[in-house]
Amino acid sequence: MSGKTLTRADLAEALVRKVGLPRNESQELVELILNEISGSLANGVTVKLSSFGSFGIRQKGERVGRNPKTGKEVPITPRRVLVFRASNIMKDRINAGLLRRKAAE
Amino acid sequence: MIKSELIQKIAATNPHLYHRDVERIVNTIFDEIVDALARGDRVELRGFGAFTVKHRASRQGRNPRTGTPVAVSEKFVPFFKTGKELRDRLNDHA
Repeated sequence: MSGKTLTRADLAEALVRKVGLPRNESQELVELILNEISGSLANGVTVKLSSFGSFGIRQKGERVGRNPKTGKEVPITPRRVLVFRASNIMKDRINAGLLRRKAAE
Repeated sequence: MIKSELIQKIAATNPHLYHRDVERIVNTIFDEIVDALARGDRVELRGFGAFTVKHRASRQGRNPRTGTPVAVSEKFVPFFKTGKELRDRLNDHA
């Protein structure tokens, strides 16, 4: 694996390059899109992006956890967690890319 | 919310952009993430979350109905870890 990390700046750069938008507007749009998704999830609304995947919310009940350092039992409060399910298209594209890469090594 | 609704919302707040441009913008962002993962890179969006890929080695599986052993080939699986800020936002202490 090449092990690079992409950030918001790289996504904005892609908009500059592929859509031809100004850099500052690209940055704003990346932020706006992530915010729109976060807002929907915060309202408990699932976000389904065809050919990418879906972000959903799962409600977790209270359970007993343990402080790994001290071994003390502590209650873990009920909470909402995000689950991401990749689409088959995304899985296929990743496997096609990485298996080919691996075979070439 | 589905992709077309996301596009609709972004278009509504950016009236100077054509609808088809907003479509391209949204698609470009998600394609870029998938392309990065398919190259073996990771994508980290602070406050939102990080996309990574995990490797699963080939293994001997079993058909749960018949019990016959089947070979499961190696594969790569995408993984998303929620960012701290978003995790807090889901639980109302943002």
